[in-house]
Amino acid sequence: MRIEEHPILDFKRGREIHFYYNGKKIRAYEGETIAAALHAAGVKVLSKSLKLERQRGFFCGIGKCSSCLMKVNGVPNVRTCITLVKDGMIVEDNDMELPEKEYPKCKFEKIECDIAIVGGGPAGLSAAIEASQYADVLIVDENHQLGGQLIKQTHKFFGSKKQRAGTRGIEIAKILEEEARKNCRVLLNTGVIGYYDRGYHFLAAVNRVDGIIYEIKAKKIIFATGAQENMLVFEGNDLPGVYGAGGVQTLMNVYGVKPGERGIIIGAGNVGLILAYQLLQAGVKVACIVEALPKIGGYFVHAAKVRRCGIPIYTSHSIKKAYGNGRVEGAVIAKLDENWNFIEGSEKDIKCDFICLAVGLTPAIRLIAQTGATISFINEAGGWIALHNEYMETTKEGIYVAGDLANIEEASTAMIEGRIAGLHAANAIKQIPNFEEKIREYMEELEIFRQGYFGVRPKKAKEKIMERYYEKVGERRSS
Amino acid sequence: MKRWEREGVAELEDLNLPDEEHLKKGVAIIECIQEIPCNPCVDACPTKAISMENINALPEIDYDKCVGCGKCVEVCPGLAVFLVKVVDDAALITLPYEFLPLPEEESTVKALNREGKEICDAVVKKVKKGRTTIVTIELPKEYAMEARNIKV
Repeated sequence: MRIEEHPILDFKRGREIHFYYNGKKIRAYEGETIAAALHAAGVKVLSKSLKLERQRGFFCGIGKCSSCLMKVNGVPNVRTCITLVKDGMIVEDNDMELPEKEYPKCKFEKIECDIAIVGGGPAGLSAAIEASQYADVLIVDENHQLGGQLIKQTHKFFGSKKQRAGTRGIEIAKILEEEARKNCRVLLNTGVIGYYDRGYHFLAAVNRVDGIIYEIKAKKIIFATGAQENMLVFEGNDLPGVYGAGGVQTLMNVYGVKPGERGIIIGAGNVGLILAYQLLQAGVKVACIVEALPKIGGYFVHAAKVRRCGIPIYTSHSIKKAYGNGRVEGAVIAKLDENWNFIEGSEKDIKCDFICLAVGLTPAIRLIAQTGATISFINEAGGWIALHNEYMETTKEGIYVAGDLANIEEASTAMIEGRIAGLHAANAIKQIPNFEEKIREYMEELEIFRQGYFGVRPKKAKEKIMERYYEKVGERRSS
Repeated sequence: MKRWEREGVAELEDLNLPDEEHLKKGVAIIECIQEIPCNPCVDACPTKAISMENINALPEIDYDKCVGCGKCVEVCPGLAVFLVKVVDDAALITLPYEFLPLPEEESTVKALNREGKEICDAVVKKVKKGRTTIVTIELPKEYAMEARNIKV
């Protein structure tokens, strides 16, 4: 299951170690997560549903779906997809009992900063790089490395020189991290678990690896918590082997573990198309890409890349069911009519051992919702969204959003939004020379990016977000 | 709706094709037929043969100015540019390749069309290794506008 050779990536595996899964000794490498090591060892069932005890497997791979909760060294409900495996670790099925041993004693630390940034992906890092030129910045991220979802993007980015076009996502992650680390404090393995308004902005955060609880006091907070993958309703959608497309990218491109031997992808947006190509690069077969819409949603150039490798794309098709005994063994797809109903007799049975869902993302609003910033449902933006203005500030003063949290879009636009949020937040603390000119430049860059065909939806989303923001806030706040 | 929108396969009528004289010289065929915000090919071109009205517009190539250097093939994030040069009855096609194993020079590989179907044998003439490896293959002239990938 491990990838040894790859055209784009070098997997630098750490020291060989061993851990125990339900008493069985399993080989792993330092630097990989528990879930990745289990997958490499062929363990596909990670947990069970609470009520019906249905088996649950790997799904999102980034700590957002709870499919991989297990008991680790006696502590239940550990997200094994973002927890690094350690030598001698004891991993067991979650038994839903409270732990016998007392919760480990935690250290408490207090941190004060000008600007706290939650999430170290493209938006968060760009905000940090911008703001730290003028202010004292703290980045908090629950993962063990910075870069967000850029760390699994092996393709070259589009855009212009300014947005690092032609550079692969993995390289952009390194560039941003290096730049951000110059002037910012960084807390990794640290999840923000709560926001409190104490007359100032206050965050509670936990580093579960080192057992530290942080109390963070900040003048401004920028939330860049990204998004989570959508589920799709079909028979057998909870079989282990039905994965989120992004989860597969993480497993394969970050940890060098194949999801299976032969898969199908549901959704021909950019994520689905890119994933198909990445699977081929990892030496995994792709039977087909299935898309419910009558036309391909992602870039033509991505589609052309997978087509000339011989992968069919079935538009106006969807998945009817996944089947298999305890794991995916195949899928039935069928054609859709104009009313989105399956056409009888059009079914195709496809043998595969995994299914990837690339059916869109939903902004991860759980934290931002705690701040009291107004949340509103905007379909074009991907669902519930924190209303914000053109400076990325929400209806709650001093609370900002950027990137996918602020509308499902591209990493390129996330980086520009991060810059805008960082600049505006820093200027609100202490006036920056030429602020107007600088922020206008970023806004123009965003505007240009959203002018084409693929900018129509995000542009409409942003218009609605801002319209409702100004309805809520009343007249335009001065910058 | 065009076929490429439904199936991801471009037809010759969707492309701006060079004439015979240009093909003898060797030019870049840009198979970028949908507006996306992207323009590295414009910056990469040393003879300013590629132009775009704005970052979302389609790239336009002036085949008189194109010298077939291949800079755009290397830089295109969409892997959508191919060099084609016709020499007598043969065509040399230069394409981006991102899979392992890499082909060996002078070996015979299968040429694939835009749907990934095998169309003929091709001889590998040049391999410029990189993360995106640039491969030049030689095949019969009639496949010059069909072959867009290889199977090693």
